[in-house]
Amino acid sequence: MAQEYVAANHISKSFGGVAALRDVSLALRQGEIRCLVGVNGSGKSTLIKIIAGALRPDTGTITVGGRPFAHLEPIEAIRQGIQVIYQDFSLFPNLAVAENLALNTELERGVRLVNWRRVRRIATEAMEKLGRDLDLGKTVGELSVADKQLVAIAKALLQNAKVLIMDEPTTALTHKEVRTLFEIVQELKHRGLAILFVGHKLQEVLEISDTITVLRNGQKVAEGEVSQFTHGDLVRHMTGRPLPDRPSEEVSEKWHGHPAREALWHRHPADDSWAGREPPTRNSALGTPSPCHDEPASPTASEAITSVADAVLKVTDLTRRDAFEHISFEVRAGEILGVTGLLGSGRTELARSLFGLEPADSGRIEMGGQAIRMRTVQDAVRAGIAYVPEDRLTEGIFAEQSIERNIAISSLSSLAGPAGWIRPALLRRMVGQWIADLRIQAASARMPVANLSGGNQQKVVLGRWLATQAKILILNGPTVGIDVGAKSEVHEKIREQARKGMAVLLISDDLPELVEVCHRILVMHRGRIVKDVPADGCDEDRLAAELGRLE
Amino acid sequence: MRRLLRKQEVWLALLTLTLGVGIGLVNPAFWSLANIFDLCKSSTVMGLFALGVLVVLVSGGIDVSFAAVGAFSMYVTSKVLLALGFQGSAALAFLLAGAIGLSLGLFNTLFIAFFRLPTLIVTLGSASLFRGLLLAFIGTTIVNNLPEGMVRFSKLTLWERTAAGGTPVGLSASFVLFVLAAVLVGFLLQRTMLGRGIYAMGGSPVAAERAGFRIRRQQLFIYGLVGLLSGVAGLVHACMMRNANPFDLAGLELNVIAAVVLGGASVTGGRGTVLGTVLGVLLIVTISNSLILLDIPSYWQKVVTGLVILVSTGITARTSGRRIHGVGLC
Repeated sequence: MAQEYVAANHISKSFGGVAALRDVSLALRQGEIRCLVGVNGSGKSTLIKIIAGALRPDTGTITVGGRPFAHLEPIEAIRQGIQVIYQDFSLFPNLAVAENLALNTELERGVRLVNWRRVRRIATEAMEKLGRDLDLGKTVGELSVADKQLVAIAKALLQNAKVLIMDEPTTALTHKEVRTLFEIVQELKHRGLAILFVGHKLQEVLEISDTITVLRNGQKVAEGEVSQFTHGDLVRHMTGRPLPDRPSEEVSEKWHGHPAREALWHRHPADDSWAGREPPTRNSALGTPSPCHDEPASPTASEAITSVADAVLKVTDLTRRDAFEHISFEVRAGEILGVTGLLGSGRTELARSLFGLEPADSGRIEMGGQAIRMRTVQDAVRAGIAYVPEDRLTEGIFAEQSIERNIAISSLSSLAGPAGWIRPALLRRMVGQWIADLRIQAASARMPVANLSGGNQQKVVLGRWLATQAKILILNGPTVGIDVGAKSEVHEKIREQARKGMAVLLISDDLPELVEVCHRILVMHRGRIVKDVPADGCDEDRLAAELGRLE
Repeated sequence: MRRLLRKQEVWLALLTLTLGVGIGLVNPAFWSLANIFDLCKSSTVMGLFALGVLVVLVSGGIDVSFAAVGAFSMYVTSKVLLALGFQGSAALAFLLAGAIGLSLGLFNTLFIAFFRLPTLIVTLGSASLFRGLLLAFIGTTIVNNLPEGMVRFSKLTLWERTAAGGTPVGLSASFVLFVLAAVLVGFLLQRTMLGRGIYAMGGSPVAAERAGFRIRRQQLFIYGLVGLLSGVAGLVHACMMRNANPFDLAGLELNVIAAVVLGGASVTGGRGTVLGTVLGVLLIVTISNSLILLDIPSYWQKVVTGLVILVSTGITARTSGRRIHGVGLC
């Protein structure tokens, strides 16, 4: 078996009396890829920071190469070959690739003058080491996310990384880019690096890792070889409750059959805090008691679309130059229509033009049988279209404003009294309802949205548009970057709205999500719809194969 | 070639040349040696200030106190040397003005680096403070009889030629200071780790800190340097005017910042070059200078300067925006 290089031993850490980590141990072996999974706030980033020396544990030690460190300083961690690639990559967008690569080496050397020839040489070597090619003179700000990541990895390798820690590296990558990344990571593994992969896309975790460690509420709740885990296992460990869409008898059977792992499964009272919360029934049309447990395996299996007849939205021959062409489709009331495609397939542009952000050049948009002029966002809102954008941070939320204001902003007119004043009581009631309904976890509705976790931020954006009582909801990557627990809640909300007769257009890269949630999936490629797949009987492998063929 | 055309410096140089040719056609005096020397002399004060501002902008900060620092340094220096009856060389005057500027710059750093206040707020405040202290405690009268050494310096010329009319013309010695400062700042920014650290912190302060750059030490250097250059620039101004006026240099801030931005520096930090800054200063000085040659009333100078800044920065903003968009689509 490979040699253990870094070990965190019985680490505990609390912030202001709140325990972030409790007695967690983790070992990283050379030539092994370990995945660290857990929902947001489970202690993943605290653990990474402690291994990198950026935080000091309250108790416990870090052993590197057999040497124990009670206080590992960041510079010492780097010297020992521990490299962390943070989500923001720590690159300089204004500097050239070459300089980004060589800067640390030059700094370490302690030189006062820059030798540009040496910078170039160091950078060339770094890219050769990685076996990839990049224009070294290009400014990093002009690179794609995947290329930036490449630079960050090359930079880490330059510093003789023996341990590479990657914090949610696939979040902003396309399918194809994820494949490339995985190839590189495998290569590094074979070269003997110890790799710690922090992630929450479970499909990817199961694919890439050799061993998996699951954290929940600051404790290690499961650990083992990847072969011992299924998708359902991971979800259950992470959230402390089973996955809603896959009631998994086989999972629990398998689980009980592994007494060895029983020992690793620490139950503690906090386990049930999440699952046990009372779901809101007030707003639920069908009066379902729980959003999680009574859900059928596939929406198409049991949930017939409420009304067979009318297309809420009918798009005919819609074209926008350089974005998409001859797009025709319909969405019926209660239907969840998925749209997928590789980056550049035009799916986002299509969504944006349906919402009046980038109007189409030609074609018809009909709602309820009537042609609609869709030139501005106001047109779209008036027609009853809601759009939850791809990048909630830049397009979706007002980060510094309160949850209350963020939710209310698009439905102010319905909250106004006769003179146009906002009626505060009405506003508070409406906002309070959505916070409860979406289970947004916040101390107060007056809290700035910036202080919420990604999942809760996304729920705020969702709440804003649901509050407008739109007829059509367009969601673009609604669960990108949010954890499994929040994800299934968002999915449930989408289904619930559809059951109530809303038509939903769900644009996503996440194939399992599409297969689980949608009734029908459109595949786009180079601005055209190339496939219309009923979700019934479709699985993600087929869909992935479909997409793969397009490349 | 395409990369070359994207550079602001190339456009600026072309624009300045075109302007020169155009003005030369209307008034051939533009290309006379006397006028060229005059242009150089006129760009010195603005140029020295601009080099300091460039370094600050690259680091991701801003400084609007430099004009006040310049006025403070030159007025105090003149007063002190007069009071001492100093007769020696101007070098000492420059040392003194530079030292005063440096300490005022370090005063700014105190708030910026150690109390972590926003640079705009700090320098807005200190600009007002420096001006107020100067007028309240040092004096409000114009000093017309400058110390001997400064007067001698102002008359000092290099590379004397005889112009067409027979009058002798020469390049003002102060221009050498500008060239020297430009070369030094250029070397600093391009070839030293400190300079690259300044770019790095302008690009991403968090990453710079993680990489091991010492941000506070760099800020100490940056705002100290601006102070030093401003002190020197202030003194050059006094020498050229042959008087020290405590009310001078007010309102110069925006023109200098505009010249630096025109030269391709980004107000959000991380971008900017000495060459671009020098060209930006030259363009603005050429415009104001040539409007006089073209017999256009001086208030039109402001209009034209304003238009040039809006149009040229507008063009760069649009092209860079389109570039980013283009990358996103393909």
